[in-house]
Amino acid sequence: MFNSNSGNTVIKSKLISRRMFLLSVGKAIVVVGVLSRLISLQINESRKYKTLSDKNRFREWKLAPERGVIKDYFDNELASNRQVYQIHLIPENTQNIEEVFFRLKSILNITEKKIFSLKRKIAKQKPWEPIIISDNLNWSEFSRINLFLHEMQGVEPIVSIARIYNDTSSAHIMGYVSQVSAKDLKDKTYLKDMSVPGIAVGKTGLERYLDEKIIGKVGFQRYEVNAFGKRIKQIQVDQGQAGKSFKTTLDLEVQKFSSEIIKDKAASVCVMDIYNGDIISLVSSPAYDPNAFVHGIDKTYWQSLIKNKRKPLINKAISGLYPPGSTIKTIVALSALENNIVRPLNTVKCTGKIELFGEKFHCWKKKGHGTMNMRSAIKRSCDVYFYEIARKLGVDRLSETAKKFGLGKKVLPNFSEERPGVVPSTSWKKKYIGQNWYLGETLHSGIGQGYFQSTPIQLCLMTAQIANGGFKINPRIIYDKDKNNLKDYLDFKNKNPDQPLTDDLLVSNFDLKPLFRNQENIKIVKDAMYSSSNEPGGTSYGSRLENKKFMFAGKTGSSQIKRFTEAQREAEVKQESLKYEDRDHALFVAFAPVSDPKYAISVVVEHGGSGSKSAAPIAQKVIKKVIERDSLRNSFKNSYSEST
Amino acid sequence: MFQPRSIQSSLTFRDKLISIDYILVFSILILGIISMFAMYSTDGGEFKYHTKSHILRFCIFFLMFFIISFVQIRLWHSTSYLIYLIFFILLIGVKYFGLTSSGSKRWLNFYFMNLQPSELMKVGLILFLAKYYHRVSLENVNKIKFLFLPIVALVSPVLLVIMQPDLGTSILIGAGGIIVAWLAGVRPKFFIYASLLFISFLPVAISFLKPYQKSRILTFLNPEKDPLGAGYQIIQSKIAIGSGGLFGKGFLNGSQSYLDYLPEKHTDFIFTLFSEEFGFFGSLIILILYGIIVSRIVKIGNITRSNFGKLYCYSFASAFFVYVVVNMGMVLGLLPIVGSPLPIMSYGGSSMMAIMLGLGIAMSCKVYKDTPVN
Repeated sequence: MFNSNSGNTVIKSKLISRRMFLLSVGKAIVVVGVLSRLISLQINESRKYKTLSDKNRFREWKLAPERGVIKDYFDNELASNRQVYQIHLIPENTQNIEEVFFRLKSILNITEKKIFSLKRKIAKQKPWEPIIISDNLNWSEFSRINLFLHEMQGVEPIVSIARIYNDTSSAHIMGYVSQVSAKDLKDKTYLKDMSVPGIAVGKTGLERYLDEKIIGKVGFQRYEVNAFGKRIKQIQVDQGQAGKSFKTTLDLEVQKFSSEIIKDKAASVCVMDIYNGDIISLVSSPAYDPNAFVHGIDKTYWQSLIKNKRKPLINKAISGLYPPGSTIKTIVALSALENNIVRPLNTVKCTGKIELFGEKFHCWKKKGHGTMNMRSAIKRSCDVYFYEIARKLGVDRLSETAKKFGLGKKVLPNFSEERPGVVPSTSWKKKYIGQNWYLGETLHSGIGQGYFQSTPIQLCLMTAQIANGGFKINPRIIYDKDKNNLKDYLDFKNKNPDQPLTDDLLVSNFDLKPLFRNQENIKIVKDAMYSSSNEPGGTSYGSRLENKKFMFAGKTGSSQIKRFTEAQREAEVKQESLKYEDRDHALFVAFAPVSDPKYAISVVVEHGGSGSKSAAPIAQKVIKKVIERDSLRNSFKNSYSEST
Repeated sequence: MFQPRSIQSSLTFRDKLISIDYILVFSILILGIISMFAMYSTDGGEFKYHTKSHILRFCIFFLMFFIISFVQIRLWHSTSYLIYLIFFILLIGVKYFGLTSSGSKRWLNFYFMNLQPSELMKVGLILFLAKYYHRVSLENVNKIKFLFLPIVALVSPVLLVIMQPDLGTSILIGAGGIIVAWLAGVRPKFFIYASLLFISFLPVAISFLKPYQKSRILTFLNPEKDPLGAGYQIIQSKIAIGSGGLFGKGFLNGSQSYLDYLPEKHTDFIFTLFSEEFGFFGSLIILILYGIIVSRIVKIGNITRSNFGKLYCYSFASAFFVYVVVNMGMVLGLLPIVGSPLPIMSYGGSSMMAIMLGLGIAMSCKVYKDTPVN
């Protein structure tokens, strides 16, 4: 059985060697395989694997930047930041996320719905990215959480920074911030790399307008982490950059004052510096609490806001559209003078109504004003006089002047919620309504009714540009340098009263853009406005301020919501007796002080009845307040420019 | 013919020292030293438990390797069956007295070390079959009667190890046995029959696999399917090796391993760690060293006169080669993760012991190359 003869052994040995040779060939093939795999991994695809290795190795946590502060002219903070207590959760660090939620629910007021949405969010993001469970805890909740912290792995108490608005008077113009929405991400390209939990974006107002600059730059911490997500060491930190802070031209004191006066009405007040276009005050009423939006608005509060008929969420000063009513008469008169349609002393007899083109046009005063010239017609706001003027002027020339003075287009740049309004003309009607212009409509336009639509800020700008002598100004709400060409020009003119400047020189020496053909016409209109407020019989005489320091010149207006029926007209129905929704809007525009105009104001009270009764008294108080603070403003301006 | 024999039987210590294959010894030593540094790196650049114990083991078993080298090859030949039997009994012992760790029962607790008999069986089976085929005459090799014992000797330890369960080691044991049978001249048709039989039994065998073993094989087929689960090891290993690039990240700078992305970095994935830190050139050095070891053992097989020695050396060299490429294929993502250590480099006493035993016997073939074996 076991053969060990030597010949056999040699044959066997040869067989073994032969088989070994075959095996070695197989081995060589395998070695080539292993080697080529090594080459492919470590040489050909090395770059890819290096990236993957770094991706393993590093993790970045983004840091939300601090939002810039918005201040008023006197450096009071209108929108500031405060410390908030938050609870964050890092899903990766939890042992049992269900249990953590259960615990949190028993400690905080978290609804099932909230937990559901949190879980959905967790599923969408990386397991090491923190999620905010609660972004604004009070101290007692926060300390309670801290007490139980050792039982809840992955839950982290964080002291963070959030927006706070110190009062509601500036709610509309400031706007508010809130959580980033999907729409924000789509519309605002600068948010692309800013997906940091807890970052807030401006949704309306200045917060939205300034958002890109005020939001700051996102920082990050880059850590080396091990396979279990534990941070091993910090590799790099970029603290990011706090957002830029902005100083506005607003005066918080006036904001508070105006909003207090109009708080019970659906109204707006707009005050502007007539030389540099600084918006001193811009309030809308009723106000809302912008702080309610910062941490997610409460449902009942939201419902109460959107159901309120007085529309608290609308910034009426820039988004509210009203027919300008009689306030447009200043522009109608100016346009007529500029186009040499009338001389100031030409008269029209007002009998309370005129009949033209087979239609009756009524004056607000049923009995009529008698014989009117331009000054008295503005003073007493005679409609019949302006029907006549408008008829001669024609709507297109009126529209040209109105546009020049700022109606029909946005006043502030880039305010998404601002509306442009309408200045009607024959071509406008053709384009937007598709009909020819009727002559009767010219008459309605002449008293600011019909198609005319304007915002309070436009009316304020219009008044300011009349008050400053007819020069174009660019309203601004963000304060920057304080070079004022218009003031320079006026100083020059006071020193050299006899040296008239041609338009060319105005432009070349003072960089001014005159809106007039003959400045005398502006003076005539201003004088008529003076009479309207300060001479007996003037429509706003009852609200006059007799002190020379505060004395203002204004023009009332009321814009019709519903045309009076003949019966109502015969019965002389009073506005107060109408239903709230049917009452006229009350308007008032003015500039002050008369002797040396500085500020223009527009007040609109929705369904306020008549301008003289409800809008003018508000303007009177605000004007007084603004002028009282004028010297303070000037001195602060000086100290500010010295210090910087 | 008688002359050299009488000289051989009375070799002095000096003769033995001279006849040792120093190239082989140095290759082993260099690999050993490299493995110490690799182990130091797995300990995070500190001289800690794994490093210390690896160094100690290497020293002990390296010494053992020398002692074994100087033992008469005839002794190894004559005790081959006994050695196999002892290892087999130990394997059975594991079944009853074994230590269980992470779901499998592989170790026997001896007070100085935990022994893994399945590792020893890798060498034991080769030794057994080498002796068997040394003794079976050429014309009987392919007779069914003479195939019976080798099959039993091969299948029974493989089954025992599979049931531990330890798929990797059982495959390697089986591979060793098949190599000997192949070298001894068993006809290819028997291998074909055997593999057909194996394939037909595969569905049954798969039903015996543990879920984790199944998932590993599925994962191997598509590692990206479940990157955080079963595919994790393969993906992380590939990332580590690939990111090493041409020159590596530098000693102790393997981020994948020291940040714990790499699994089993002491044992099965030690090559990954080394490859990450020393890059393609480092890997090439390792491959070359293994290449030298394998070729030196083959060379011993060439010069040794006895068929037992030839069979043993060729088989052991080939099996050694298989251990290396299976491990590398595994960490490179060419083979499923079955759990097989890299000879000499991996942490693990039993593996080191078995390899040193195997190498020692091979070296004994060199020292006693002219000694006939009966």
